[in-house]
Order: sequence, then structure tokens, then C-alpha cells
Amino acid sequence: MSIISTKNVDFYYGDFHALKGISMEIEPNTVTAFIGPSGCGKSTFLRLMNRMNDLIDHTRMTGEILIEGQNIYDKTVRVDELRTKVGMVFQKPNPFPKSIYENVAYGLRVNGIKDKDLITHTVEESLRNAALWNEVKDKLKKSAFELSGGQQQRLCIARALAIKPRILLMDEPASALDPLSTSKIEDLIFTLKNDYTIVIVTHNMQQAARVSDKTAFFYLGELVEFDDTQQIFLKPKIEATQNYITGRFG
Amino acid sequence: MRRFIEKSVEKVLMASGAITSLTILLIVVFLFRQGAGLFRNSVVEENYSLAVNKTNPVEKLTPEEIKNIFDREIVNWAQVGGLNEDISVFRLNDITSYVSEEALGEEMQFLSHHLSEIVDTHPHIIAFIPNEYIRKDFKGKVLDVGKITPSDFFAGKEWFPTAQPAPLFGLLPLLLGTLWVSFAAILFALPFGLAVAIYLAELASTRTRAVLKPVIELLAGIPSVIYGFFGLVVVVPLIQKTFDLPVGETALAGSVILAVMAMPTIITIAEDAIRTVPRATKEASLALGASQMQTIFKVILPYCVSGIMAAVVLGIGRAVGETMAVLMVTGNSAIIPTTLLEPVRTIPATIAAELGEAPTGGAHYEALFMLGVILFLITLFISILIEIISAKQIKQQQ
Ligand SMILES: Nc1ncnc2c1ncn2[C@@H]1O[C@H](COP(=O)(O)OP(=O)(O)O)[C@@H](O)[C@H]1O
Ligand SMILES: [Mg+2]
Repeated sequence: MSIISTKNVDFYYGDFHALKGISMEIEPNTVTAFIGPSGCGKSTFLRLMNRMNDLIDHTRMTGEILIEGQNIYDKTVRVDELRTKVGMVFQKPNPFPKSIYENVAYGLRVNGIKDKDLITHTVEESLRNAALWNEVKDKLKKSAFELSGGQQQRLCIARALAIKPRILLMDEPASALDPLSTSKIEDLIFTLKNDYTIVIVTHNMQQAARVSDKTAFFYLGELVEFDDTQQIFLKPKIEATQNYITGRFG
Repeated sequence: MRRFIEKSVEKVLMASGAITSLTILLIVVFLFRQGAGLFRNSVVEENYSLAVNKTNPVEKLTPEEIKNIFDREIVNWAQVGGLNEDISVFRLNDITSYVSEEALGEEMQFLSHHLSEIVDTHPHIIAFIPNEYIRKDFKGKVLDVGKITPSDFFAGKEWFPTAQPAPLFGLLPLLLGTLWVSFAAILFALPFGLAVAIYLAELASTRTRAVLKPVIELLAGIPSVIYGFFGLVVVVPLIQKTFDLPVGETALAGSVILAVMAMPTIITIAEDAIRTVPRATKEASLALGASQMQTIFKVILPYCVSGIMAAVVLGIGRAVGETMAVLMVTGNSAIIPTTLLEPVRTIPATIAAELGEAPTGGAHYEALFMLGVILFLITLFISILIEIISAKQIKQQQ
């Protein structure tokens, strides 16, 4: 039973046809990597899953996206509720201009949780799960901007984990980070897989090969090939995939 | 050739910069010089003196005491540190009730003699007389009133520049009037301005924005007399009726008009500040299930709080210096304000209204320049505040 299931999704920015007939099934507790040259629609597709593209004017979507069996573009769906179920980590670390503690507590507060002990407990738990707790436990009241880039990104992961989503969408989460921070994030993805379904966009082939169970290769708005990561990297069925992976274009 | 032109353009630009700075410096020096002249003036009107009987123990009177004595608000010498006796006030034109016109002589040649006698024979008198009639053999005691002191000006509670014999140049009612009206104006303008800024930056569609934005900018371009007219015809009568007041020209009317005038500044600056919030920060909030309103109030506004502060301070700056509209609707009475429903008078309005009638170089004239200095200092303070805030803002964004 797949947790995310998209059926024949087309997406337009104005007249520009950005996604063409994408159908994909994603299993729970797996890591799925989206790869493909820049501009091929990976972010666009990812952002459809938590309806982030709703914020952009003059866009249009056809087809269906089901999450846990429900069509998330149905009129009865509340977008804010959907987003508590489908968390997101962005390309560049984007903490709020608040303390470290308040950054993690934010998602709880806006979702109506007032119990102080519960918040404190969840903040610590989320920071631990994001492998950041030991580095920040003595300066929770400090501004999030005082952290390094890698720490900020892990803070953003902790922030997303705090509201206990089922799915975590990550759009090139390590592209702005140094190699050490990147490997920390990769380790983290590996452990988070036990509790979450993860979809990660990356332009780093090794990263996709290291962290993911399934890989989807996009090209010019189309899903060219979607298979087990091993399969994609060892024996891709389609030549374009082969060319991209071996670095012959892109 | 090209190099030469470039060089000269550079020189011209540098020169114009220097000239601008020099002009500002000159204005400041000139203001201060004229204004400081105030403290070289005697407390009583030029070429006049105050005289009392030789037996009167009072040696010194403050400007306010002098005014109150001549206004008959102080009637007993005991109130100003003298004996328990009624004060009798004497001005030069009271002379005929003491001596007949014949006795003064055809060319008033006996006037000084009689003045001397009158002061000498009436122990409780205080006389305000021209210096030219005080001869060496004057039998009264000329009071040493001294010069106008900075504390008379800075701590003076009354502004009464035409009072005789001692004009009062108290800064407080005007300063407080200015601040009172300006702060009330900001209090009105901030919530509205901020609401409009948020609407424009976050909620309005491109179409609505395309209509609203030019209207708001137009608002900034309307001459302030026009606002004054609007205030007189609409706001003043409305206030009078609503609060059942004898007159509608009040601090409230001034603040309402100033609020409308400061609005475009506040809206524009605040909107710009809100627009500096990165898209990613907003998306981060929405992605956590926050609503648009939660995102605005919990993330966007805290992010640009210093930009909003700058908007407020600039708005205050606009309000503090505004002259015409305020002059027209505040009622212009120089009393220390206690509520918004009283008439007040602001510093710029005072300068504008009184400069024409103040004799050039006199104490009143110089006092108005002193007011100019104060106004300058207030705006300087505000500019420095803006500098500090925006410096902080830049640091925060890095
Ligand atoms: N807000 C937008 N408005 C118009 N076109 C967009 C917008 N965002 C992305 N696009 C276009 O859609 C295509 C896919 O973009 P994107 O999903 O960001 O690609 P990727 O993440 O794979 O690099 C690109 O050609 C891009 O120019
Ligand atoms: Mg992208």
C-alpha cells in the first residue's frame, strides 16, 4: 500500500508546461530520491505534495495526488492540516528570526499546542532526532542565526520533525552545506527512514545512491525512469538515465 | 578629452556635496546665533524698568511673577516674598490719576520728577516706567530683574510673548504640544498604516495593488494646506459634535490630520520592510501548517520589526515638523496639554504664526529662533534614531 500515489499529474506555470503526466507510487518508510538536470521539474513535483505551489499565482494542475489514500487537491482538504502531515525541508537553511527553542516550538504553537511540558519535551526530542541536541542544549535561548549553516539546516529538520509528520519532503537539503555537514544530514536521513517516508531532491548522484531506496529520474518535465536505486545506478533501462548518471549530460 | 570631462564631472559632484553640507552647517550656525541672542535680553521690555518704593524689601522678581502682578493675579507683596501689603500697580498712563496734566508741564518736563515722587510716597507701589524718565535723583528703588535665563525658556510653563511688562517665553507648552500631537498622531496612524502595509505586501492581488499604491503615493503629494481645509471642514466639526465641546479645534483634530498625513510614509516604509522578508522564511512557516495570519503575525512582522520601527520614526519626523495643517486645526492656545480634547499649539505652528508680527531682533524674534533650534534638535534626534535602527537592520540581515 503506497503512502503517496500520483496519477497522471500535469502542471503549468501560466503557459509553461512544467510537469507532464507524472504517475508514481511511493511506499511508506522508504527514501525516494528525485534526480535530473536543473529545471526538469523536481522541485515543482515535490512542492505539489504539500501544496506549496498553491502560493504561486497563475498555476494549474491536472491529475491526482493521493496521500494515505486521500486526494489532497480535494476541496474539502484543509491545506494547513495537510502540511502538518507532510513536512518540508528547504534548499537553503531558513530558520525563523527566533531562538533555537522557539524555532522548534513554532510548529507546535501554531497548531494550537499550549502545554508547556509537552512543548519542552517535544523540542528536546526533535533536536535529538535531528542529531543537534548535544550541540545546542546549552544555548536554546540563543538566536538560531548564531548557528553554522549545517546546524541551521539540522535545526530546520528538527523544526519539521516536531509536528510529527508522516512524510518529509527535502529539496536539495545539503546543497548549501560543506561535506561534513552533508554527511551528517545523510546519516540523519538514514535513521529517520524508520519513522518517516522521505522524498529527497538531490543533484548529487553519490548522495542519491547512498541514501535512497528508490530513485526517480526526471527530464524536461517527464518522469523518465523510476525504479530501485540499485537498478537505476547499475542497470538503467533507459539510455537517457544512463547518460545522466554517468555524467554525459546535465 | 573624455578623461577631462569625467574629472570635471567628478569635481562638480564633489563641490555640490560640499556646498550642501556647508549650507546645512550655515543654517544651523545661523539659527543658533540668533536663538542664543534671547538670553541677552532683559526680562522686562527693552528700555523699561520696574521700580518699587525704597522701603520695599523685595529685590528680585521672576518673569512669571511680574506677569502675574501686572495681570492682578498676584495682589499681595507677601506672595512674592515681601510684606503683607496689597500691591498697587502703576503704568505710565496711570499718571493722570496721581497728578494733573498741568502739573506735568507743557512738554512733560516735570514727568520724571513726579514719577520719582509717586514711587517715593506710595510704599506698596510697583511702577513700570521708561528708562528715560529715571534720573540720577530718582527716589525709588529700580529692581534688578536680570536677563532671561535658559531656565526661563526651557522650564517656562507659559508662552506669552506679547505680555507687558515681562513677556514669557516658556518652551514647555509648545514642546509638549508638539510631542503630544505627534505621538497621538502616530498612535492613530500606526495600526492603520501597518494594516494597509500588510495588506499591500501580503494579501492584495496585483490588480488591487496597482490601484491602491498610486492613490497612497498621491496622498503624500497633497499640499498640507489642503489637509488643513479638510480638517477644518470635516474633522473639527465632527470632533466638536461627538465630544460636545465648545470648539472643535483641538489636539485631537491635529493628530487625526497628522495621522492621515503620516500614513503614506508609514505605509511605504513598512511595506518595503515586509517585502524584505525572504520567501523561504514565509514558506517555512506555511509548511509547518501555520495559517497565513499566523505567518504574518508570528514570523513576518517579527522579522521586519526594525523596518517598521523606522517607518514609525519617520512618520513621527513628518508629524513633528508639519506646520500648516496643524496651525489650521489645533486652536493654537499655548497651554500645557492634559487631554486630547484641548486646543494646543505646536512649535512649527508658533514660528509660522508669530514670526511676521515679532519685531526683528527683539526678544520675541529671538525666542522664535530658539524654537527653531529646538525643532532642529528634535529632528536631528529622530534622524539619529533612524540611523541606529537601520544600522541594526542591516546587521540583522547579514
Ligand atoms: N514560480 C515559477 N514560475 C514560472 N516558472 C517556474 C516557476 N518555478 C519554476 N519554474 C519553471 O519550471 C521548471 C521546473 O522548475 P523546478 O521544478 O524548480 O526545477 P528543478 O527543481 O528540477 O531544478 C523550470 O523550467 C523553471 O524555470
Ligand atoms: Mg529545484
